[in-house]
Amino acid sequence: MQPTNRSSRILLPVKMWFVYTTLFFALFLNYIPTGHLPAVPDFVALVLAFWCVREPLKIGIGAGFVFGLLTDIGVGAALGQHAFAYVLLAYAANELARRVMWFTPVEQALHVLPLLFLTQVVMVIVRLLAGAEFPGWWMFFGSFVGAALWIPLHYVLLLPQYRPVERDENRPI
Amino acid sequence: MVGHSPPPFFKRGPAPLAKLVFFVLVSLGLLVSDLNLRYLDAFRRGLSVLAYPMQMAAATPADFVRNASDYFASLVRLQIENKELKRQQLQGAERLLRLDQIEQENRHLRELLEVRARQKVNTVVAEIMYTAKDPFSRKVILDKGTQAGIEAGQAVVDNVGVVGQITRVFPMQSELTLLTDKDQAIPVMIVRSGLRAVLFGSGNGLMELRYLAANADVQPGDKVVTSGLDGVFQSGLPVATVARVERDQAQAFARIPCLPAAGVEQFSHVLVLGQRPNVLPRPPEPEVINKGKGRKSRAVKD
Repeated sequence: MQPTNRSSRILLPVKMWFVYTTLFFALFLNYIPTGHLPAVPDFVALVLAFWCVREPLKIGIGAGFVFGLLTDIGVGAALGQHAFAYVLLAYAANELARRVMWFTPVEQALHVLPLLFLTQVVMVIVRLLAGAEFPGWWMFFGSFVGAALWIPLHYVLLLPQYRPVERDENRPI
Repeated sequence: MVGHSPPPFFKRGPAPLAKLVFFVLVSLGLLVSDLNLRYLDAFRRGLSVLAYPMQMAAATPADFVRNASDYFASLVRLQIENKELKRQQLQGAERLLRLDQIEQENRHLRELLEVRARQKVNTVVAEIMYTAKDPFSRKVILDKGTQAGIEAGQAVVDNVGVVGQITRVFPMQSELTLLTDKDQAIPVMIVRSGLRAVLFGSGNGLMELRYLAANADVQPGDKVVTSGLDGVFQSGLPVATVARVERDQAQAFARIPCLPAAGVEQFSHVLVLGQRPNVLPRPPEPEVINKGKGRKSRAVKD
């Protein structure tokens, strides 16, 4: 179990089917053909980072690899490009989990921002080495939007784990 | 790391670092074999069948936005468009009538001259569904695939000129690489001077004529058409217009940016041209002259 963090509520254990459902939903959002629209966050990276931080014992590098491959197929990227970046992201998020959990959602978002940013930097480096054109700086704006989405995501994805509040005078938390 | 790791009697599979190294190696292997060796197209095709329903579902919102904007298009605009189309059709009909006659005449003349008849090609009309999301390339997805008989390598045109080339085919859809993509090249000819050259995408929505000498006979405004030397594109299809010519004496080649002729980056219907059925065989390799300079050999040009 995780050490208790700033949340004053005790959470129910996570259901794995919910984790995978949210990941697939994020994949669906990534598949929406927004073209070269700037500031569209990488939803799979965001949700993957979230679960890797919340449940480092249950989800990690393997899921990152599989969902990376699925993203590659869907968006027409080089096969292995997202997989490579997500594997690194999942590892970093797993390692950072014990630290990040002690912060409030806003401070957590500040921890996640460099992770999402580095994920994009890895992909840019890989593709530039392979001889692609540089897509322009606007694409990095997506990771800032992603980090901002962390705060609502923190509540939405934890909703099924909340228990009804029952006040008990004799219980400390 | 050491302080955090759980006691060994909790089973957790391989150590995270080992897993990381393994998956990083696998994905790097995938990347290299996909980008450099192109081994994985079958694998990609298999996985794309799984991803297809989800892709279709995800494309619905984009479709909806597009259709909604069509729906709310003003009546005036539609009337203008209708008038324009009618005018074009009349013009086209007149030219078509003449075309039949001219084709007949052409065939007779060619028979007289014993020239090989011009090749006919089968065409497929396809619709551009959406722009691929990959920000590093310029590709669009068409709504026809192998089931409609499309193959990788086919040329794609719209009503004005060449748009690009099919690079990947899936059962229900295909991927069209636009001429403005950085990896796309097309052999062309300049109409005015008959000069042959190769046109490359330059990535910023423009194209570039490369490897033309600094004193080559090119002027701004020159029309550029396909030369047909590659055996993929028919000859004589409009490709681009020379935008400007920058001659720098310090460099061996001129820098010649070109504007694409077709609406390369707009949504519309396109025509996928069939493979050219019988391309002339390659001429026999010219005799290699091997004189003096060790391994350096020079082929006879043209």
